[in-house]
Amino acid sequence: PLPSSPLQDIRNTVGNIPMEWYQDFPHIGYDLEGKKIYKPIRNKDELDLFLEKMENPDYWRTVQDKMTGADIKLTDEQVDLVHRLQKGQFGDVNFNPYEPAVDFFTHEVMIHPVTNRPADKRSFIPSLIEKEKVSKLVHAIKMGWIKPRKPKDDTPTYYDLWAHEDPNSILGRHKMHVPAPKMKLPGHEESYNPPPEYLLSEEEKLAWEQQEPAERKLNFVPQQYRCLRAVPAYSRFIHERFERCLDLYLCPRQRKMRVNVDPEDLIPKLPKPRDLQPFPTTQALIYRGHTSLVRCLSVSPGGQWLVSGSDDGTVRFWEVCTARCMKTLPVGGVVKSVAWNPNPTVCLVAVCVEQSVLLVNPCLGDKLLYGATDQVLESYVAPEEERVQPVQWVTATLEEHSKGIRLVVQHSKAVKQVTWHGKGDYFASVVSDNSNMQVLIHQTSKRWSQNPFRKSKGLVQCVLFHPIRPYFFVATQRYVRVYNLLKQELTKKLMTNCKWVSSMAIHPGGDNIICGSYDSKLAWFDLDLSTRPYQLLRHHKKALRSVAFHKHYPLFASGSDDGTVIVCHGMVYNDLLQNPLLVPVKVLKGHVTTLDLGVLDVLFHPTQPWVFSSGADGTVRLYT
Amino acid sequence: RYPTFVDALRDLDDALSMCFLFSTFPRTGKCHVQTIQLCRRLAVEFLNYVIASRSLRKVFLSIKGIYYQAEVLGQPVTWITPYAFAHDHPTDVDYRVMATFTEFYTTLLGFVNFRLYHSLNLLYPPKIDGQVDAELKPVEGKEYAMDSESYLEKLSALSASLARVVAPTHEDEVEMDEFPVEGETAEQMDMRKKEQEALEKHKKLFEGLRFFLNREVPREPLAFIIRCFGGQVSWDKSLCIGATYDVSDPSITHQIVDRPQVEKQVVGRYYLQPQWVFDSVNAKLCLPVADYFPGVLLPPHLSPFVTEQEGDYVPPEKLKLLAMQRGENPDEESEEEDEEEEEEEDDNDKEEEEEEEDESEKEEEMKLKKMEEQKTQSNKALPVKVTAGKVRLEDRQRLEQEQQSEEKRLAIMMMKKREKYLYKKIMFGKKRKVREANKLAAKRKAHDSAVKEEKRKSKKARRA
Repeated sequence: PLPSSPLQDIRNTVGNIPMEWYQDFPHIGYDLEGKKIYKPIRNKDELDLFLEKMENPDYWRTVQDKMTGADIKLTDEQVDLVHRLQKGQFGDVNFNPYEPAVDFFTHEVMIHPVTNRPADKRSFIPSLIEKEKVSKLVHAIKMGWIKPRKPKDDTPTYYDLWAHEDPNSILGRHKMHVPAPKMKLPGHEESYNPPPEYLLSEEEKLAWEQQEPAERKLNFVPQQYRCLRAVPAYSRFIHERFERCLDLYLCPRQRKMRVNVDPEDLIPKLPKPRDLQPFPTTQALIYRGHTSLVRCLSVSPGGQWLVSGSDDGTVRFWEVCTARCMKTLPVGGVVKSVAWNPNPTVCLVAVCVEQSVLLVNPCLGDKLLYGATDQVLESYVAPEEERVQPVQWVTATLEEHSKGIRLVVQHSKAVKQVTWHGKGDYFASVVSDNSNMQVLIHQTSKRWSQNPFRKSKGLVQCVLFHPIRPYFFVATQRYVRVYNLLKQELTKKLMTNCKWVSSMAIHPGGDNIICGSYDSKLAWFDLDLSTRPYQLLRHHKKALRSVAFHKHYPLFASGSDDGTVIVCHGMVYNDLLQNPLLVPVKVLKGHVTTLDLGVLDVLFHPTQPWVFSSGADGTVRLYT
Repeated sequence: RYPTFVDALRDLDDALSMCFLFSTFPRTGKCHVQTIQLCRRLAVEFLNYVIASRSLRKVFLSIKGIYYQAEVLGQPVTWITPYAFAHDHPTDVDYRVMATFTEFYTTLLGFVNFRLYHSLNLLYPPKIDGQVDAELKPVEGKEYAMDSESYLEKLSALSASLARVVAPTHEDEVEMDEFPVEGETAEQMDMRKKEQEALEKHKKLFEGLRFFLNREVPREPLAFIIRCFGGQVSWDKSLCIGATYDVSDPSITHQIVDRPQVEKQVVGRYYLQPQWVFDSVNAKLCLPVADYFPGVLLPPHLSPFVTEQEGDYVPPEKLKLLAMQRGENPDEESEEEDEEEEEEEDDNDKEEEEEEEDESEKEEEMKLKKMEEQKTQSNKALPVKVTAGKVRLEDRQRLEQEQQSEEKRLAIMMMKKREKYLYKKIMFGKKRKVREANKLAAKRKAHDSAVKEEKRKSKKARRA
């Protein structure tokens, strides 16, 4: 606080108290008559302050007195004083800090004493206490108890600690001792003059600074100095030694067995794909025509024709060898599944469109053959008593007949899959429903359908007939159930170890099943072995959409959303003791992934080692 | 703690580093003066032992301090000393912990020193050789300290040899008889013999050379290193006790200088920067002096502790050094540069090959796509053109390689989950290593080209 000018009559009457006590009041203290002493009114806003700053030439020397709240203009002397104090000089102008010193006590002996005090008596008489002490020391020296002027030797004495090294004395705890790992030796980057490539660029330096100290690969920034004399002290030297000390006594040590594996040894030794030929290796043909996703494929039993169903509401028939579209059948809805009758004497294709299954005669190939099929269908005589059926069998209208549609099986809900029995008379359809009506088995010749299950066991994904024996496979989300159709009972329940089964295929021998799943796994089951997968292959990167077995060759294929088809060799031996041999032989690429979907269906040619795949890019491809 | 002496030697790294650090502490505050003195004494004793046994192998000037590596009774012992500056003591370090460790380390180092001195027939506590001691005594009347006090200073000057229990005779250096180890072929024997010879040669690296240290270079490390390899060393008398000869001594062969230029140069000696000593020790031969003259831009100082394995990045300076050690001496610089360039090209080729392997699939895909495109185009545009076909040469080797890599990929698919995880981890590590090496190489290339560009520009400017 600066001394207030004498002209001001407002004095501080509150005393030495914290002034913020009066912050919220309009006054500070009281005068002699007990009236409030008001603070000067301050109602200047920012603009006023600024204007004052600009206009008032004495603004810089105006200060607010905290005691009274008034603005005070500093006098020249006061400003001078502030300047002096800022410079670290003495406040008083007249004070001379460099006055000549007068030593009262100098090393020179003066002729006059400094003080006038008479000398003590004890300064004349020798001290008795001192005499006693000295005589004690003299006595001790005489007796040899004290040796004067002998340099004190407090250096520790060392000796040969390991003079009698005895291997037998090594105790168990010595053997168990884990020596501390040595500190890492410095690399080129720690040099005071490293090669230029070890210096960090600007971005690297920034990245280094942003990293946590524990995450950094180097605990220092490499630096280059022109010569040795320019190298400064390392500021973290003591820290590093200290941290080493902490490591040594705070970190528990443990022996870690590090396996030194050659990564090549980890790769299993498999037979060479070349020795497992034939299998499809290259893309041979592309069947173009569909304008949307091609969801399903099927091949005629002779292998000459291919049928594909697409989201664009058409079913197309192709000649396999020429990639020519023989026929286009608009069906007016998304085609979820197509299946060609496996019986070579019948020319019939089952097509799933929305709530119905169409039985289509494509009229391709031998005229006798497809004529015979039509005759068989027409020769149906309705039974006398109408039986209650879960579906409706409707004969096609004339217009539909001309397109090739012969029969329409109308379901109550949308149909998602259809599959034929090996003989070609029965077929099964899967309805997306939650009730027990999910799976239906139909007989074409009698136009008769039935519902085999009384209870729903979960959402059915797909169904399959056993190629030889009267078994029926039903895949729900996580399990595959095997039913015996003759005995009408559940034979087996296979655990797939997958989250959501997408597709299923059976080995022509009938003892092995593969299941593809949406969590990109492929499970191979050996039905004789156990209900768990014999092998779980995770070679796809994305969800599997479809799997297929070849009829004659030991091949199976899987198509996935990553746009690839992987062909594997899957040899099943007649010898029961020998486990099946699974070897991936080829990764086929070609489909472009659209809408995150790649390959939607794969299928083998019935006689040749060829594989068809249909994709989300609207093409069907043949690999040979 | 240490049932055998070798166990103690193996644990000596931290003890030495700590003692050297403590011996540089100021005698105030932080810790007891006695501890500091003891640390200094033990450290100096150890240095003297290393000089006497000539067991220093590697030295390295890092930004943290100076690393030394000695081979004591077959055990590598590495320690670091800070540069001689006052410490700026950190506040977040608990000195009591460090002091406790130092107490243990001084005890360990004392006993180890005792044993080491006795293994060389040296007196312990060390005594300076009598004859030299007399020489070291300053002119009478000017004695500046008591004998007991100047003793440590004389010892730490590192310029005098130590007194032995038994006077050394030349017969001590009798060649050892050689006993062939069983199961060792002649080749291995030869190799061992060669190594032994190289080691002996390395120990006598500076034999016969006389060094003089200017006052601006760090005296202790340089004196230590030069004496370890048999050189003679001196410094200005006012700098430290123990100077044996003067600047004007005509027999000086090398003068270590660390200033931009030297005014009065004496003919008949090399004026060199201190890095020459360090690099020569690490290279195990006296390097050509031209790169190390005062004021010259020094070549990079490489770490001797790095042994590059296959696939690691090797800086070109190291390659040059290795060539020099093998005895190849590229005379002209241009040749060297050519070689370098060739090497770089080789490297690039390799990289390209690697990339090609990765890209082979992509190429296949590209080809397929192209073919498709061509097909679609031909479908669309009916006027078909027939162009002359090109003869496609099939690179058999490459095809084979492709097939092999595909087989490998397919086999990897069939790995078990755990093995796959391990395999992926190993391969990731390998790839990262390659990536880092490539990055360093690319950086170097960019730097070199930038330097060349600058040179060219400066030349042009000069011509203009």
